[in-house]
Amino acid sequence: MQISVRGVSKNFGAFRALDNVSVDIPQGQLVALLGPSGSGKTTLLRIIAGLEAPDQGRIFYGDQDVTNCSTRDRGIGFVFQHYALFGHMTIFDNIAFGLRVRKWKNDQIRPRVLELLRLIQLEGMEKRFPAQLSGGQRQRVALARALAAQPQVMLLDEPFGALDAKVRADLRRWIRSLHDEIHMTSVFVTHDQEEAFEVADFVVVMNRGKIEQMGTPDEVFARPASAFVTDFLGRVNVFHGRVQNGRAQIGELEVPLEAEHGSEGDTFTAYIRPHEVEIDRQPHGSESMLAAVSRVNRTGSIVKVALFAQDGQLPLDVELPHEREAALNLRTGDMVWVYPRQVRVFSASTSETAS
Amino acid sequence: MKTLSVTSPVPVSPAPSQATTRAAKTAATRATSEPRLLQWFLIVMALGAMGIILVLPLFVVFSEAFSKGLQLYKESIVNEDALSAIKLTLLVAFVAVPINTVFGVAAAWAITRFQFKGKGALLTLIDLPFAVSPVISGLIFVLMFGRRGIFGQFVAAHDWKIIFALPGIILATLFVTFPFVARQLIAFMESQGAEEEEAAVTLGANGFQTFWRITLPNIKWALLTGIILCNARAMGEFGAVSVVSGHVRGQTNTIPLQVEILYNEYQYTASFAVASLLTFLGLITLCIKTALEWKTARQLKEGQN
Repeated sequence: MQISVRGVSKNFGAFRALDNVSVDIPQGQLVALLGPSGSGKTTLLRIIAGLEAPDQGRIFYGDQDVTNCSTRDRGIGFVFQHYALFGHMTIFDNIAFGLRVRKWKNDQIRPRVLELLRLIQLEGMEKRFPAQLSGGQRQRVALARALAAQPQVMLLDEPFGALDAKVRADLRRWIRSLHDEIHMTSVFVTHDQEEAFEVADFVVVMNRGKIEQMGTPDEVFARPASAFVTDFLGRVNVFHGRVQNGRAQIGELEVPLEAEHGSEGDTFTAYIRPHEVEIDRQPHGSESMLAAVSRVNRTGSIVKVALFAQDGQLPLDVELPHEREAALNLRTGDMVWVYPRQVRVFSASTSETAS
Repeated sequence: MKTLSVTSPVPVSPAPSQATTRAAKTAATRATSEPRLLQWFLIVMALGAMGIILVLPLFVVFSEAFSKGLQLYKESIVNEDALSAIKLTLLVAFVAVPINTVFGVAAAWAITRFQFKGKGALLTLIDLPFAVSPVISGLIFVLMFGRRGIFGQFVAAHDWKIIFALPGIILATLFVTFPFVARQLIAFMESQGAEEEEAAVTLGANGFQTFWRITLPNIKWALLTGIILCNARAMGEFGAVSVVSGHVRGQTNTIPLQVEILYNEYQYTASFAVASLLTFLGLITLCIKTALEWKTARQLKEGQN
């Protein structure tokens, strides 16, 4: 079922949590609401669920306007960051809760709960209490509980937020494969771009109560629509300056700008991703600049090189494949030429320029 | 080694393993520990004050009550006036405690689970009986329902007896014990949060199901603590009840009023005997409360894990 959000606004006192937000969650897709804390992503999720009421705007499930429909009649599954399992009930009773309040027959409840326990790989644990389970197990129980009554929509609020890194990675993969099996329209909230890119079909990037960009992970990563998105999506080198002679000047580097992308004297912010920079021993004209190597870290799957251009004025992080670095044989203190393959420039008067 | 010198000025060279473990132990708390002498002084002071202010009076109540033997103790309690006072006290608590329990749950639910205007005002109002002297609390009802009170004529016209009768005592007790359950629950429910209830709603539970199956099981220990505190106060209240009761022996005397009357009539042993009942109730209340607080603390801890 498709979910449509139409012009939704929400204030908490003087704080504008959502500002005229419209978005479509396509049928059967897994969508991530991605943004920093305070961006309104959780508020949007709770409004979709009916746990909060919007000040303005409508929510549609398919063609049906559910804005005034109570949460319990929306047929959703909701997973909370801190699991929100019922501490005084066994795992079985937790999962069965939604079925019992919906008046399922006992002889239907038992097989359904056991089926779900198999699905979350916690068979034989049904008599335990939530306090006896690990964080990852609890979150799987919370998922099973939300899935029990076969909701049409699955909503997850930072579902991996309270888990440690290893468990989080496992659960992430598990949720993705689960979604590939049951293809339910699902929305999850996260502040971790890596998580969003790994799990979601579509990513909705939010900031200050507005949607900055929506697209597939590939689209959003390759063509960030705004300075905020570029900045938010992982490690990036940031430079500030003013447009001169139709060019953005970054140290000794001159990036030509299209006329419509920033007029003379505008301030601009330029972003260079670490992996989109090349290092060489030879200069490449005005597209390259001289920099000193300050640190080389070879411990990961790529080599991370920290450099300073312009006599130590301009710090720059670069990521190289191991083979390339081995060929260059970088040492601390070496003077090398760096030339970015791609620079994203956002000036004050326009939204985007790329070079 | 410096820390050791406080307890044993002799250099501790042999048994190095023992010495190091002791040193480690003291080192762990060194920042907040005081010299041994000061420790003892403070402990003796605290215990002494507690003994004089709390334990000694407790002891006196029971020793006075039994000072003329078991027979007189029994006679002091099993006589018409005393029994009537006990009955009245039980009746008042039986009516007042459930009413304030229902109100307390409703108020705590409203305050911790909903946003509305006047929430702060409601919170302050709940605390009002704690702030007002019990005598004033009693007087309020006299001024309202007494013969010259605001509703005096109305009450008289219907031939209702409120002041100097059971309804007045119950009203005054209700007023005084109003905050106990509510306060207890508000604190607990605030710290617990509403996530489990929200989860129940997303799973399709209505308000009634959510309350019975999720909220009530969660708050039960905190609720019980509130109820027994409310009950202890309802049975033990003196000031407010004293103003509205009229002290009609065998009719409108509760246990605390009965104690005072006996004492004023120089029947010390009888007075202490009746008082020992309330004291006993107090001790039981304390025990239950401690047990319940231990349970709620454990519950909150589990919820956070």
